Amino acid sequence: MRMRGKTAIITGAATGLKGEIRGIGGATAWAFVREGATVYLADINDELGERTAAQIRETGGAAHYVHLDVTDEALWQNTIDFIVKAEGALDVLVNNAGTGRDYDGDYSDPDGPQNAEEALKVEFTTVEGLDRQLGVHVRGAMLGMKYAIPEMRKCGGGSIINVSSIHGIVGVDTITSYSTAKAGMRHMSKTVAIQYASENIRVNSVHPGYTKTPAALPLFTDPELYADRTSLIPMGRYAESEEIANSILFLASDESSYITGAELVIDGGHNAQ
Amino acid sequence: MNDRLAGKVVLITGGANGLDGQLMGFGGAFARTAAREGASVVITDVDEKNGQLTASQIEDSGSKALFARLDVTKSAEWQAAIFAAQDAYGRLDVLVNNAGILSAFDVEHTSEEDWERVLAVHAMGAFLGTKYVAPVMRQSGGGSIVNISSIAAMVGNPSSTAYATAKGAIRSFTKSAAIQLAGDGIRVNSLHPGFADTPFTVDSLGDPAVLKRRLSGIPMGRLATAQEVANAILFLASDESSYVTGAELVVDGGCLAQ
Repeated sequence: MRMRGKTAIITGAATGLKGEIRGIGGATAWAFVREGATVYLADINDELGERTAAQIRETGGAAHYVHLDVTDEALWQNTIDFIVKAEGALDVLVNNAGTGRDYDGDYSDPDGPQNAEEALKVEFTTVEGLDRQLGVHVRGAMLGMKYAIPEMRKCGGGSIINVSSIHGIVGVDTITSYSTAKAGMRHMSKTVAIQYASENIRVNSVHPGYTKTPAALPLFTDPELYADRTSLIPMGRYAESEEIANSILFLASDESSYITGAELVIDGGHNAQ
Repeated sequence: MNDRLAGKVVLITGGANGLDGQLMGFGGAFARTAAREGASVVITDVDEKNGQLTASQIEDSGSKALFARLDVTKSAEWQAAIFAAQDAYGRLDVLVNNAGILSAFDVEHTSEEDWERVLAVHAMGAFLGTKYVAPVMRQSGGGSIVNISSIAAMVGNPSSTAYATAKGAIRSFTKSAAIQLAGDGIRVNSLHPGFADTPFTVDSLGDPAVLKRRLSGIPMGRLATAQEVANAILFLASDESSYVTGAELVVDGGCLAQ
């Protein structure tokens, strides 16, 4: 039991139903519980989150659902308070909540993007889209760390995992504001890591490549698109959510006790090329 | 006994420093860890006495282990060691290229002989190991190769010129091998430890003044234990990291994040 006695909060963890394609957060919740942790699944999708938590409890695991919009500072504060009151400690924070959503319009405006590919580009990036991306990824991770760290200090240490992306490391043909926000998480991880290293609070980022999650459904259910994308991946396939969860588990557990400020790329060789 | 490497056969170079009750190196600590996680372990080294002893101690604890002499710069010795692994255990799933030597000279004081020797053990060693295990791993449907590099591969080093260069070569070699072998299910990753408390660093970090200076540059304020590095090797060796290849895992207490 690699997480025995630990209490963890995972944001964006609602998509973890048995027998369905899980998100990274949902898969991580199952992995943590399997290894003995008490897990709080946070999300804005209450119905799905409650069902996932209930399914985990049915297997004998300790899982609870909490409603949390990661951009809301007051909610973060309340959520962390609630967990610490219930469990007496907080050991692990996984900032996983994310969004790929950016451009809201259709392609009818002659001055706007004419197709999905154009909508990715900076010329068609909207202030609202950028704010949303930075809000969920950067502000969300910042607030989580801000309120979790004082509680981790009381436990004598802790581990924070920020779920970035390979798009946070290299420039690729993806949404401008998304990759910028993911790069922000990467850098914030390092800065916070050195601030709290002496207090045994570790902060690392993980950088998944293309992964079979509900959020990425169109990217692997369309055979042509899947073939196109996987031709760029040395391993020739996407990751399963469970493979990303295993890496988060490693960084969350005490096995990685000397790893902080590091970035773990899980991409089937994509960025090694 | 756990089972994160159950049924796997693991070959470790530079694995002789794993004796009970003594300060262990990365290789020795990982040999112990791999055995605990259910692997059959092939310990290789040029130090036959301690290599034999480490293997027999692991056997005494109820796991499968054997020692094979291996100078990692010699093709013939690689082939013999891999044959010994297959002969005893029928397969080979994990290779940890850990053998290393130190060289602490700046560029003007590094001799040609020293340069060649350090490059040979690290870069030629990792290359030959990969070259000869790849066909064996391919036969059994895949495998994992973990190349022990260093944070010295990523930033300039004031005094260990040849060592840092050799570690840089391992880092770069790892990525080429990774993309070449990905289609065969063989993963290749590099591990980059920072300063650690091992027999390897006893001489350099034994001086309290040097140690104090080193520690002041480490955000976590302490050295790694060999076990902490062995834990990271275990993650990369096991199927838990099944989508990780061509990656570099830094285990340095925050040194490079600064």
